[in-house]
Formats: sequence, structure tokens, C-alpha cells
Amino acid sequence: MSGPSTYVPKSAFGRWFEQRLPIMGLMHSSFIVFPNPRNLNYFWTFGGILSFMLVAQILTGVTLAMHYVPDARLAFNSVEHIMRDVNYGWLLRYMHANGATMFFLAVYIHMLRGLYYGSYKAPREVLWLLGVIIFLLMMATAFMGYVLPWGQMSFWGATVITNLFSAIPVFGNYVTAWLWGGFSVGDPTLNRFFSLHYLLPFMIAGVVILHIWALHVPGSNNPAGVEPKSSKDTLPFHPYFTIKDGFAVVVFMIFFAWFVFFVPNFFGHADNYNPANPLVTPQEIVPEWYFLPYYAILRSIPYKLPGVLTMFASIAVFAFLPWLDTSRVRSGTYRPVFKVFFWVFVLCGIGLGYIGSQRVSDATILAGRLLLTYYFVFFLVILPLLGLLETPRQVPASISAAVLGAKGAAAAMPRGVGAEPSVKG
Amino acid sequence: MTDMTTAEPTRRDILYIATTAVGIVGAASVIWPLIDQMNPDLTTLALSKTEIDLKPVAPGQNIVVKWQGKPVFVRNRPPKMVEQVRAVPMSELIDPETDQARVQVAQWLIVVGVCTHLGCTPNVGGDYDGWLCPCHGSQYDASGRVRHGPAPLNLLVPKYVFKTPTSVVVG
Ligand code: HEM
Ligand code: FES
Repeated sequence: MSGPSTYVPKSAFGRWFEQRLPIMGLMHSSFIVFPNPRNLNYFWTFGGILSFMLVAQILTGVTLAMHYVPDARLAFNSVEHIMRDVNYGWLLRYMHANGATMFFLAVYIHMLRGLYYGSYKAPREVLWLLGVIIFLLMMATAFMGYVLPWGQMSFWGATVITNLFSAIPVFGNYVTAWLWGGFSVGDPTLNRFFSLHYLLPFMIAGVVILHIWALHVPGSNNPAGVEPKSSKDTLPFHPYFTIKDGFAVVVFMIFFAWFVFFVPNFFGHADNYNPANPLVTPQEIVPEWYFLPYYAILRSIPYKLPGVLTMFASIAVFAFLPWLDTSRVRSGTYRPVFKVFFWVFVLCGIGLGYIGSQRVSDATILAGRLLLTYYFVFFLVILPLLGLLETPRQVPASISAAVLGAKGAAAAMPRGVGAEPSVKG
Repeated sequence: MTDMTTAEPTRRDILYIATTAVGIVGAASVIWPLIDQMNPDLTTLALSKTEIDLKPVAPGQNIVVKWQGKPVFVRNRPPKMVEQVRAVPMSELIDPETDQARVQVAQWLIVVGVCTHLGCTPNVGGDYDGWLCPCHGSQYDASGRVRHGPAPLNLLVPKYVFKTPTSVVVG
């Protein structure tokens, strides 16, 4: 990872070690002296929040796995055993289940931040693509995790999602039998999902390292969308951003803890406290809230293969974003027309989520189709054309100019912000 | 590094080609077992037949039987229901198929209770005297034929044989 390597080990042991494995120097240049744009707002703390959540999920997950039994006859009871008998088992499970929700909340904010400030534009395309891969892995992980308690929603959710692959022409039925290890979702399916649910978070951790590596080559984007031009535009990671990220993580944890301790089943579904029954589908199947927009897209199309393809396309389109957005101005702050379409897109996503949570009726199908149309028009028509048609506002000459321009005068800056990084006001 | 190109093939060239070839064949032969282990295993395949006793099924009644982990619907259809379902013109069907082609004995409809959309189990109901899928609203008629999307196909008819007029073996 780039950045000035000014690390000087303080002890003799430190010097001895650094010559053999220069990992402290790497940490120092990546997370201590690394220069970050000084104008980052709180939307830039979600990367830190996400890293924290990944560690939290792995910790609670590995401890849950010490008590969980991946067997179709025992799984449901083993989760109840965790809830009732295991010391603090209820806490671990509620942290893990609500942790998945918080993880997705944070990732959606993180992605929309990228969309608004044009963080996917050159030279950050690979960084963005790695993010899209993390998002896909997260969806696979959360889906398989939700199957593990082996309740009615687990079972039927698994049935519907694995059947998406039966839409593949010719080979569909072979693919589903291969995924299930049988002729329907059953014990072999549960067992392999547990194995993969354990594996994928560690793959996510690997891709996160690549993601941060790719981030540290150009450095962070920022609300002004102009690259740092001098040392006046940046501040060292420590203490400025360690404190800012730390503060955001703590606030986020309070929000998280509120759900864990006061409404732990708020995002859950009562049907999942009924053991899986392969002969009876619950009256209504709803996925976890973070999948609802995609579920709405699937249901809005009355034909099987086109529905499945449209749903996958709605996620895949994110990967093409760097090439669909033709505007040379990075930050949405300076794009008056884009801003409007962006917020309509956010509302459209929330609207699709709402439609996905409702029972199918002619009204929800119509609304779903309208929203789905906007979703794709935004990516495939509006973003490419807007770059050519929109007149952006004047982009600031530099980050410090943007900060000073907004605040009016240098005097309005908090003490120390204008000082050289090494002074630490 | 010095330039190693010579006119004649060297021992290193031979080793390079041989190692690569054996390596590729070796990798390919390990990948297949890694993939195939996920396919249905012998115990799963062994459970492939189920016998159903039809005596307790009253006229008009539906029962659900488990076969290969999946529900099978058995319906004792009164003559009027059979007449009605056979009177439906082919042009009204999404996946045209006559009722005659879907049953061995007109009275007994035997179909796999897995919605051909995404695999939920439909409940008795809907507008066609048949089943309604709770997941995305597909509807099937009294012959198990799809009448309302998003499901693209009729409910599957499993292989079955009547051992006696009141006992059927599915599978
Ligand atoms: C990317 C990180 C992860 C995500 C998003 C995630 C998500 C989930 C979700 C949504 C559930 C269902 C919770 C419920 O409704 O009860 C679950 C369950 C479970 N997860 Fe994870 N998980 C992650 C990491 C891990 C890891 C690393 C392990 C380690 C083995 C693990 C082990 C388990 C176990 C044993 C269960 C079943 C117990 C239960 O239902 O609470 N998870 N996971
Ligand atoms: S699974 Fe039956 S309608 Fe979708």
C-alpha cells in the first residue's frame, strides 16, 4: 500500500523485526501517516463501520458454530438450545442475526455514497469492482446463513432462491439437483450451506484486503471530487481519521445495540420460529429486508426466465457503472440535474423494497414495473446521457479551496485544521 | 537471465511440456470429484419410490404425500370436475396439454406439488378449482395445469403405476 514510509522502529527488537518482516512499516504507512483528503464527511466512515461489522460477524459466527448442529433433524432445536441453554447464547445469536442487518444497512449507505460522489470513476474502477464482488459474496453469505436455523422461512427461502437456477435452459434441473444434493432442499443442502456460510466471510475478508489495497493506490475520493493537489489538502490518517471512524463506529454500535437488546426480532419473521416443513409453504414468503428490492423486481415480471435474468441484471448493472456514467465531473455536489435523478433513484430503491414486502396484487405488480423501469432507465439511459447534456457547476480548484469556499474564510476553520499535518493543532 | 533460446529442443523444453501436460490432466481429474460430490448421493437415490394407499381418499378430497422429499398431490376427482376440466379449450392454456394425457385413471389426479415457477408448494384454492401458489400467485386447475403466471409449466406428473385399483406406486 502506497503512502510515505517514514516508519522508524523505536526499539532494538522493532528494528530487528522490521528487517525480517516489514509489517509494522506497512501498517504505519497505511493507517497512521496515510494522507486522507481533509474534507471527508461522515459518509466516509462507513468503510470503517463495515470492517468492524465483518469482524463482529466472524466472532459471533465462529462462537455460534461451537453450538450449532448442521443436520436437518437437529438444526432448529440446536438454535433453540443456543437461545435457551448456552451461556449468553441468546446474545450471540441476536448479535449475529441483527449484525447481518446492520452490515447491509452500512453497505447500502457505503454504495450510495460512492454513487453520489462518483467514487467509481477513474482511477477507482477496480476498487469499485472489488466492492461489487464483496456485495455479491455478502448476499450469498447472508442467504445461506438465513437457511441455517431451519425454520419455515429458511426452508422456503432456500427453495425459492435455489430454484432461480432451474430457469437455466436445458441444464436447469441438473444444476438444482447438484445444488441441493437431492431432489429438493434437504439435509445435504443444509450441510453444504453451513460449510459455505463458514467459508465465504473469510473470502470476503480477503477481498476486503484487495479493496483497501486498491483504495490506497489513488487514495480516497472526497465530497469535492477533486484529487488532493498539495499537502494542504490532506491530513494524516492518525489521529484525524482514526478518531472520526472510531466515533462513527461507536455511534453505529449504539444503534445496533438498541435492536439487539430492545427489539431483537424486529427484522426477523415469526414464521421462522416454526420448524421447516417441506410439505407446507407458509402463506407468505418474504426474504430479509435487504433482499426485498430484488425480490420485487423478480415478482414484477410474470415470466420465469426473464424475471430471473432481470433480477440478476439489476445487481450486475452496478459493475458497469464506471462506464455508464459519462460525466467528467465526479462529485454529485456539482451536478444539479444528476442530484435530482439520484434522489429519485434512492426513493425508487426504497419503493421497490416496500413493494417486495407486500402481497402480490395487480397494484403492486404495476407499481413494481414502474419502479423497475426507472431503476434500469437511471443506469442505462439517464447516466450515459446526463454526462453529455448536463451543465455542471464550477468545480473547485482544490480541496482546500472547496473547504475555504464553503466556510467563507480561513478564520471559520476549527483550530488546527489549517495547520500543517505534522503540527496537530 | 541469459538468453536460453537454442535451435534444438533442450531437456528443459521437454520437461516444460511434459510437466504442464501432466499438471493439466491431474488438475482436471481432481476437479470432477470435487464437483460431483455435491450431486445426490446413494442414500438419497435409494429413497426414490413411495407407495400410496388410495382407499381413505374420499371423492373431492386432496392428500399430500412425501416422495423424494417433495410433496405429491393426489386428488380424488368427482366426474363433474373431470368433465369441466376436459371442456377447457387448449387455446386458454399457458402450457397446452389435455387432461387425458395427464392422468391414467380419470378419477385420480397425481401430480408433483412443486410450483414450476420457483418451487413453493401451492395450496388448494385459486379461481380454477385447483391450486394457488402463495409465493408469487401462480394458479393451477383441477388437472394441475398452470392457468395464471408467473409459473411457465403445468405441475409435473410423476412416473407411477397402479398396483391395485386402490394402491399406486410413485417413482
Ligand atoms: C459476512 C458475515 C456474515 C453474515 C452476513 C452472516 C449472516 C447470517 C445470518 C443472516 C444468519 C441467520 C440468523 C438467524 O436468523 O438466526 C446466520 C446464522 C448463522 N451464522 Fe452467520 N453470517 C456471517 C458470518 C458467519 C461466520 C464467519 C460464521 C462462522 C462459522 C457464521 C456462523 C453462523 C451460524 C452457526 C448460524 C446459525 C445460528 C443462527 O441462526 O443464529 N456466520 N448468519
Ligand atoms: S413459486 Fe409458485 S408462484 Fe413463484
